Amino acid sequence: MVKEYNGLTAVDNVDFTIERKECFGFLGPNGAGKSTIMKMIYCRSPITRGDIQVNGFSVKLDPRKIKAMIGVATQDDNLDRDLTVWENLYVYASYFDLQRSTSIRQIAKLLSFFDLTDKADMPVDELSGGMRRKLIVARALINNPDLLILDEPTTGLDPQARRQIWDTVIDLKSKGKTIILTTHYMDEAQELCDRIAVMLGGRILESGSPSDLIERVVGTSVCEMYTPSKEEASSIRDKVGGSVEQFGSRLYIYGNDAEVLREKCEAATGQRHNVRETSLEDVFLRLTRRRLK
Amino acid sequence: MIMELPTRRSLHIWNRNYEVFKKFLVTSILPYFAEPLLFIMALGYGLGLFVGEIGGMSYAQFLAPGILSSSAMFAASYECTYSTFVRMNFQKTFDAILSTPVMVEDIVFGEMLWGATKSLISGACIFAVIFLLGLARPESALIILPTILLLGLMFASLSMLFTSIVPTIDSFNYYFTLMVSPMFLLSGVFFPTDSLPGLVRQLAWLLPLTHAVNIIRPAATGHYSWTFATDGSWMVAVTIICMTISTFLMKKRLIQ
Repeated sequence: MVKEYNGLTAVDNVDFTIERKECFGFLGPNGAGKSTIMKMIYCRSPITRGDIQVNGFSVKLDPRKIKAMIGVATQDDNLDRDLTVWENLYVYASYFDLQRSTSIRQIAKLLSFFDLTDKADMPVDELSGGMRRKLIVARALINNPDLLILDEPTTGLDPQARRQIWDTVIDLKSKGKTIILTTHYMDEAQELCDRIAVMLGGRILESGSPSDLIERVVGTSVCEMYTPSKEEASSIRDKVGGSVEQFGSRLYIYGNDAEVLREKCEAATGQRHNVRETSLEDVFLRLTRRRLK
Repeated sequence: MIMELPTRRSLHIWNRNYEVFKKFLVTSILPYFAEPLLFIMALGYGLGLFVGEIGGMSYAQFLAPGILSSSAMFAASYECTYSTFVRMNFQKTFDAILSTPVMVEDIVFGEMLWGATKSLISGACIFAVIFLLGLARPESALIILPTILLLGLMFASLSMLFTSIVPTIDSFNYYFTLMVSPMFLLSGVFFPTDSLPGLVRQLAWLLPLTHAVNIIRPAATGHYSWTFATDGSWMVAVTIICMTISTFLMKKRLIQ
């Protein structure tokens, strides 16, 4: 699919398949096009070229059907400030044509699942940031959707609240929901996602499971070192050879055997070095580096 | 851009606004009585002493149906400009709604229905007052209330048109000073449009409120006429045109 806004290409020929019951993450910096892809999936923003099939329905032809079977937690806080917690869920349920009795039952279930039961009659403005976010996710589940879209579910939350949201996502996944989320947090993607698409500048650079991406892109170990001058950096690069990347004055030397890697680096520099396990952050740095080249 | 007809889901939008409204029912309804009453008392009975009779009616009798019409105009106009804009722009209510099966067409029509409901509430309150003052016949409600509903839809659609294009909330000043105020003053609310000079009289005929006043004033005193159908059709036409344009523009604004 392609998405253009006023002549700018926000999403540039992106193609992906998401399996049922998987948690798929779009990882990338702000402006990478993650949220735009989400908006096209939940039929909020029309596709410029191409199409998306959700459960066999085209976003171009059947937006109402698709919207009825998915749940969306948007990045912006768009809770209804004129209403209480309970009323927010109740009114939102009505948009899905839910029967009164069904929605009352569903609301009770969601409030207890999200630990918001005693906040039911509180105006949403009085909730903390974490609770508001939980309510946004709860609201997305009101129609009992198979597919849940979480657009930056933990941005701006404190560490405790983030982990609460993570636990909720893991719980929902174990209940068989398909989840698509966007994030710019590497730890979040690693913690929650079965598969990840790394995005930059409207394109998907790589996709796969976190361990698969790590293995393919950087290997399991990395030695990260600070080099004071360009000359020194290039001399070390020549000596170690193999898989090396440079960001500013930092060198990243990748390898699969930690011990071999450490010896190689120490031999090249004559100094002691630490070798650590690679993470998605290393994958992300390397992929975006390649892209910039 | 494909436009659809609004569906019954518009009622969900109406219902959302009603949920909010009923929390503040008493405080919301009081102004509907206060201002029109002031006008009828101060101008109708006060200024009326100097005006004398218009077309065989006391000035209070003449003024009351006009004030009823203009208050209904203000009710729908405020609702579908400032209130709708706050929901759309500041509270992001429409953003949340648009990730559900409710579409822009439903939102526009639902907001219009709610604006018209506000007109109807205002109209019903004032009707009760002027009936008690002996300024309207009871059975005229059968003509006046449906007319108020139509008037409400008409001003709701016109207001939505502005709401779909204004860049900031302050821009509504233009709508009120250039559209609503002239109608308040020139549509026959305070004096018969016949007394206006030629060109202005023709312009007054183009103002949507004039046609509502054309129905409501004679109806209040029991003078029913087939010309109501002409004025009514005029209002229906304005409503449909404005609603179509505002739906189109609102779609352009919200769906990018």
